[in-house]
Amino acid sequence: MRDVTLGQYFPSNGVLHKLDARVKILFLIAFIVLIFCSFNFYALGLVTAFAAAAVILSKVPVKMFLKSLKTIILIVAITSILNLFYGTGEPLWQWWIFTITLDGIFNAIFVTVRIICLVVVSSALTFTTSPTDMTDALESLLKPLSVFHISVHEIAMMMSIALRFVPTLLEETDKIMSAQKARGADMESGNLLKRIKALIPVLVPLFVSSFRRAYDLAMAMECRCYRGGKGRTRLKQMHFTKKDAVATAVMLLLTAGVVLCDIFL
Amino acid sequence: MSILRTENLSLVYGKGTPFEKKAVNNVNIDINGGEVVGIIGHTGSGKSSLVQMLNGLFKPSEGTVYFKGQDIFKNPKELREFRFDIGLVFQYPENQLFEETVAKDIAFGPKNMGLSDDEIAIRVKKAARFAGLKDELLDRSPFDLSGGEKRRAAIAGVIAMEPKVLILDEPTAGLDPVGKEVLLTQIEAYHKESGNTILLVSHNMEDIAKISDRVLVMNDSEAIMFDTPEAVFSQSDKLKEIGLRIPEITEITIKLKEAGVNLPSGILTVEEAFKELLKLINKGGASNA
Repeated sequence: MRDVTLGQYFPSNGVLHKLDARVKILFLIAFIVLIFCSFNFYALGLVTAFAAAAVILSKVPVKMFLKSLKTIILIVAITSILNLFYGTGEPLWQWWIFTITLDGIFNAIFVTVRIICLVVVSSALTFTTSPTDMTDALESLLKPLSVFHISVHEIAMMMSIALRFVPTLLEETDKIMSAQKARGADMESGNLLKRIKALIPVLVPLFVSSFRRAYDLAMAMECRCYRGGKGRTRLKQMHFTKKDAVATAVMLLLTAGVVLCDIFL
Repeated sequence: MSILRTENLSLVYGKGTPFEKKAVNNVNIDINGGEVVGIIGHTGSGKSSLVQMLNGLFKPSEGTVYFKGQDIFKNPKELREFRFDIGLVFQYPENQLFEETVAKDIAFGPKNMGLSDDEIAIRVKKAARFAGLKDELLDRSPFDLSGGEKRRAAIAGVIAMEPKVLILDEPTAGLDPVGKEVLLTQIEAYHKESGNTILLVSHNMEDIAKISDRVLVMNDSEAIMFDTPEAVFSQSDKLKEIGLRIPEITEITIKLKEAGVNLPSGILTVEEAFKELLKLINKGGASNA
């Protein structure tokens, strides 16, 4: 229950930790676009090298990245197998309705590498950015939307509250599960239906306590005169530093590289 | 006769990581059937970890627990059966209530034991009475009860399994003084009527002194004392050293003795002190104080 890795902050003193979170989020978006714009092996190789560099620069143990890859292994397997059989062109091997072509093999490799790069780089963002930095950055990036009367601050506040309560709720779940086990609840055996039913004694108290927490929190915020984002200043201002400028340069180079590979090679 | 015995019981969290922490270290205790054992210790001394191992929720890193001479961890499949014999009431147990009615919630444990409906109905009634819940509350939703009633409903849920050993982890925490008093009286009455063994974890030395036959003192993950309340609370200096205190009335009688009042040692409750002082006054022999 406790080892949920996807989207977990891992404190260390790597270069990526010190970058402005806004820059990191924009880079992630740009990188995802690049991943899907890499049409040949050279471009894909460049993108993969960049992802590997991100892993090294993050100074987060490689084991953590492997753990987050483990959760998507099934998706990778299914999509690459589907792609393997959906190629067009000269069949290399054929049996019943299944045909494998060179095209299909290439597609499968591309899809696998793309998904892995995607997850690795997204994990690099969440491992190196604390949840508060992340929501601050999102709020700052989404600010233009307030023109359309979307309350960006409130959305960011909801996100940070949700993230803040993930560990609390995990702990609570653990406790309630133990308490029900002490009353003889059996959550480890039986068929699927039985196991889902066995979760009711855990979920009901969990919902009840979550609502109670929400009321308490709302009350506490009200007591401290919280009135939304208007006129609120920050303790920690975000700054665009030299490091961020260097990172931007690297990102532009990568974009140029991928585009050149796509066109000329 | 021994009912619950531990042998070199140890628990280590996060073994092999930089966060490794010993929660319980080499605890050897032997608890007799029908005994009331109080467990005291500072926050983080390992009390909660210890009691969760006693009913098999935590698997010890080393050592084991014997219930009536049987190793409870020997066969993981039978572990669940032992939990019906060694009932554990968690801290703030009202957070585990989930059913539509109080009666159904109390029946959850007995149902898991596979008892017949008739037997369950009898046990629910009995457990509710032990916990001091009025009959009309049984058909109400547990979420409509008051804080104290919720607590007692949750405790009834464990009592309904009729465990031979009942472990209560801080049962009075967060209750108002009247609620505390009522609950403690209820626990005492339950013990008297059922004759079952009770383990009570508490921060309140007055409660411990009042109902325990023996007191287990935990400090820094080790069991440092396991003796009668008189013997434990006579070592007030040692207890203070580890951040615990002795009952206020014991403290006062010790001070009075130092001032020359002829009181016997080992007074643990206000009632006892009252009786002893009355004796002295009637004798007219409050020496020079």
